[in-house]
Amino acid sequence: MGAYHRPRDLSAALTVLAAGPVTLAAGCTDLFPATGNRALPGDVLDLTAIRELRGITRTDQGWRIGATTTWSDILRAELPPAFDGLKLAAREVGSVQIQNAGTLAGNLCNASPAADGVPCLLTLDAEVELAHANGRRHLALGDFLTGPRQTALRVGEVMTAVHIPARAGSGVSGFVKLGARRHLVISIAMAAVRLEVEAGRISRAYVAVGACSAVAQRLTALEQALAGAPLTADIGALATPALVGDALSPIDDIRADAPYRRGAATTLVARLLERMAAP
Amino acid sequence: MNRPFPTLALTVNGTPHPVEAAPGRRLSEVLREGLGLRGTKVGCDAGDCGACTVLIDGAPVCACLMPAIQAEGRNIETVEALAEAPETAALQRAFLRHGAAQCGICTPGMLMSAVALLRSGAALDRDTVENSLGGVLCRCTGYAKIIDAVLDAGGTARAPDPAAGAAVGAPVERLDGVPKVNGTERFGADEVPPGCLLVRAVRSPHAAARFSLGDTAGWASARNVQVFTAADIAGRNIHGVIPQFVDQPSLAVDHVRQPAEPVAIVVGPEAAVADLDLTDFPVTWRPEVPTLDMDSARSAALLHETREANTLITGRVVTGDAEAALAASAVSAEVEVQTSYVEHAYVEPEAGVAWLDGDTLVIRACTQAPAMDRDDTAAALGLPVERVRIIPAAAGGGFGSKLDLSLQPLIGLATLKTGKPCRMTYTRAESMASTTKRHPARMRARIGADAQGKVTGMIFDGDFNTGAYASWGPTVAVRVPVHASGPYRTPNYRAEARAIHTNGPTSGAFRGFGVPQAAVVQEVLYDDLALALGQDRLAFRLHNALRDGEASVCGQVLQGVGIADCLEALAPEWRARLTACGAFNAAEAGPLRRGIGVASCWYGCGNTGLPNPSTIRIGITPEGRLRLHQGATDIGQGANTVIAQIAADALGVPLSTLELVGPDTALTPDCGKTSASRQTYVTGSAALRAGQSLRARLLQMTNQGPDAPIALPGGGAVIVGTGPTAATIPLGELGTDANGYALSVEESYDPPTRALDQDGQGIPYAVYGYGAQLAEVSVDMELGTVKVLDIVAAHDLGRVINPLLAEGQVEGGIAQGLGMALMEEYIPGRTDNLHDYLIPTTGDMPRIRSIFIEKSDPEGPMGAKGLGEHVLIPTAPAILNAIRHASGARITRLPALPHRVLAAIRAAKGRP
Repeated sequence: MGAYHRPRDLSAALTVLAAGPVTLAAGCTDLFPATGNRALPGDVLDLTAIRELRGITRTDQGWRIGATTTWSDILRAELPPAFDGLKLAAREVGSVQIQNAGTLAGNLCNASPAADGVPCLLTLDAEVELAHANGRRHLALGDFLTGPRQTALRVGEVMTAVHIPARAGSGVSGFVKLGARRHLVISIAMAAVRLEVEAGRISRAYVAVGACSAVAQRLTALEQALAGAPLTADIGALATPALVGDALSPIDDIRADAPYRRGAATTLVARLLERMAAP
Repeated sequence: MNRPFPTLALTVNGTPHPVEAAPGRRLSEVLREGLGLRGTKVGCDAGDCGACTVLIDGAPVCACLMPAIQAEGRNIETVEALAEAPETAALQRAFLRHGAAQCGICTPGMLMSAVALLRSGAALDRDTVENSLGGVLCRCTGYAKIIDAVLDAGGTARAPDPAAGAAVGAPVERLDGVPKVNGTERFGADEVPPGCLLVRAVRSPHAAARFSLGDTAGWASARNVQVFTAADIAGRNIHGVIPQFVDQPSLAVDHVRQPAEPVAIVVGPEAAVADLDLTDFPVTWRPEVPTLDMDSARSAALLHETREANTLITGRVVTGDAEAALAASAVSAEVEVQTSYVEHAYVEPEAGVAWLDGDTLVIRACTQAPAMDRDDTAAALGLPVERVRIIPAAAGGGFGSKLDLSLQPLIGLATLKTGKPCRMTYTRAESMASTTKRHPARMRARIGADAQGKVTGMIFDGDFNTGAYASWGPTVAVRVPVHASGPYRTPNYRAEARAIHTNGPTSGAFRGFGVPQAAVVQEVLYDDLALALGQDRLAFRLHNALRDGEASVCGQVLQGVGIADCLEALAPEWRARLTACGAFNAAEAGPLRRGIGVASCWYGCGNTGLPNPSTIRIGITPEGRLRLHQGATDIGQGANTVIAQIAADALGVPLSTLELVGPDTALTPDCGKTSASRQTYVTGSAALRAGQSLRARLLQMTNQGPDAPIALPGGGAVIVGTGPTAATIPLGELGTDANGYALSVEESYDPPTRALDQDGQGIPYAVYGYGAQLAEVSVDMELGTVKVLDIVAAHDLGRVINPLLAEGQVEGGIAQGLGMALMEEYIPGRTDNLHDYLIPTTGDMPRIRSIFIEKSDPEGPMGAKGLGEHVLIPTAPAILNAIRHASGARITRLPALPHRVLAAIRAAKGRP
């Protein structure tokens, strides 16, 4: 049995981190499935007793979502419509049981290409806050996620929060997930959209697709095509295969083949846009 | 590093429970092993099944995913406390009243999830309940009764308590239900005698390999454990379910033929064994190129030297001249269908415990076949049969796979070698990787019809990937040709099915023994023919449905044939929904299209042309207690209740008078295996005879007339008759028999069948059940996703013994059929968990309406027929035919995952 650290404040956690490699643990909804053991193996740093890491606060700069904030916390939080998509995604994470334990930072640090939280956070221009005994740094979420199960987290670092800039808190948002069953399912594809709308026209669009590339990605060419377009029932037509499916790099796996994913992503984005145009 | 465990201050159900445990230990383990609160079940250790759901400060979480220290100082609630509070006790009663617990393994997780919902104050509707229970998997019920129970949590209806002679037909609650809802049921992993050792298996990482063991003794002593291998086994060290085909090593000697085959066991105290790293076990593997597909198997190296072309067996049924009939047919249709490995995915992984009682090896483990387990374990380990006793643990689902031995020889060996109680619980991955599957099939068939729509002939040819060992492959190969015609008049017929060995997982028994695969082929072709003829698809089937007095493809003249009744029962719904689907599609501007499909089933109950008797004993103790020795294992399907209902009515006493004994090979006569939909029919027939026999004896002893009532008031007396002519039997004066009874009877029943000849002609089964299902689906034409909206299921049960349990069977079978149709595809080495291998959740199930037909069978007990497997067979083809009706997509590769459906939609559109 390794050492099990469960400090109550971040500085103590950073001291443990500085002393050597440990497994960072919070909701454990990815850690436990990865081991057949009855206890978490190796040296563990459990972050769940650190109060400052959990919860959502409004700051001058925007919103700070603590690293160990659970999906259920997000569902219960009072947030503007720009976060509606994130709340929809929270509802799709595993099951109620998983949403009650699983954390935002865990979802990001696990870095699954099918992580449910990532597409919405990309459309919210999320930044992650990483702490180290020697200081803190911020990274755009897109820069933090470097590949399947790969992140820019350095040795000795821990994710402490996700920041949503104030400017991203405007507009309306949505999220849709496609899987082969209703609950407890890993996505075949998913899409997130946030739209800033002025006088019936999209002033800026933020669109991201997950599970169709090594890392969920923003569709910048589509976003440009949407900017300035009237938000009407035919808005989905702008989500063309060239701007959605062809912009992605899906793989064949047990859930679907790559051509299907390209088409499905195009359809999901188009439908999500249409749904958001509906009165 | 050896650290002392800290004491965690847990509060469970309001009571402080200090417990020494590693802080990072799963809460589920601490509750079960540390505190002995085994009501919380473990199904996957990955958050995929929700069986371990507990409430932490009121919120449901998976206890398997929570480090115990995170629960410190918080309010932990488990199933054990539910009976104490009125609201939660009412929920438990609602579960019993609605038949929401079948095997019961998911029940604690369902209950805890439901408690959280009920306390939330949310308005209860079906959607809310579905979403709240979406994190708990159930493999038995199809969720309908669970959802009904939660919606009726405040209900006060009382369970029927039928009078003497009125039990059969009454929707009585399961007699074994209470322990399932209060957390006291003892499944395979729940019995832990003091001083019990833990067993783990060392398994092959290769599908095919030679191997040699290194210094296992040195490895073991360095770890304070013991290692046992094939060399330690005194018996034949092979097991198998069919005597002529016994071929599976209990522990491989020097050669493994399938993934996860065990080569050694590691035994020791839990602390030494539980988390021991087995990757450095001293074994040298010499991998061979595995034969993984049936095409290459024909010419590949033989897996078993006597089985040429790696063909285990070929089953065949021939009547008339099918080629000539097809050539002369006005229309014919042809298809090739491919199906996948399907995993049973019961929520309880294999588990059990063994100990020595004197020189008898006692094994208490999950099983569907205690007497077979006893005989086969004894042979494998080299013990006389009378030195092995099997006590079936409550089985957390079986569906066919728990007919085969799994851990019995392993824990038996460990106990024989150590002299101590030894237990073993498979991990989810181990359960999925090492136990049997539904056979993947590749089937081709042609069916012809005349211009009026009368089927003229059928040719069926199927290859079934039976994997490395025989298991129930022979049964599948024999059953499929007998059933592939469907319950339809097919005068000219040639069907052949082969079980082909590969180095894949062993395929065995799974609800329907290959018939569900074959039904897909036949029912898809029936739609082809109806469409080609321009006939209504239901009318076409009805036109060809077998009738009383007609011969099956085996030449058996059938009686009590209810298929036409089933199809006719669907007809009003069929017509209404045809119209409704047309209207919906005409109005729908979006991507959804609705369609309906229909398919039938028939299924012979019991072994195919082979003996399979059951024996029931009923005894009255000198004190006047009435005991039913019921040896049919109840794996959730309800045998404990149904057999008792039949026995009670046959004897003429209230059901509540009976005490159940067993199953237990030391206490109950052999009732055979729980498979082939045989228990209600075969064991029910034995129970009927035993009840009648005891009744006749009591009447004769008292010289009473045939209608005299029988009462067991206690006090050592049986009273027969009423009023002044009533007679009392003083039990104490009768002495006792070898089983301690003042009076007892034992009766057997064996179905009257006749072995099949080389053309498959004979009487394979004495009783068949029939059914037909109508499915309505919505297909997303752009995404290829399918939502099954409704299923109407009409089944002919001959006589409905218990309508509540029968509905539960129908709904559960439909869930498995839906999974097979739409999502279930086991890929060896890739889907050994319940998040990559998908089974339906609460949100995937349609509304289901059951219609029961009672076309009495002349041979069945009180006219009854089997049901358990029948219910799954029509579901997949009905759904596939509905998809085609909605979208044009003719699916020939299962499961119909969205990308396959979309490809088929496009292919259909590309056709002229």
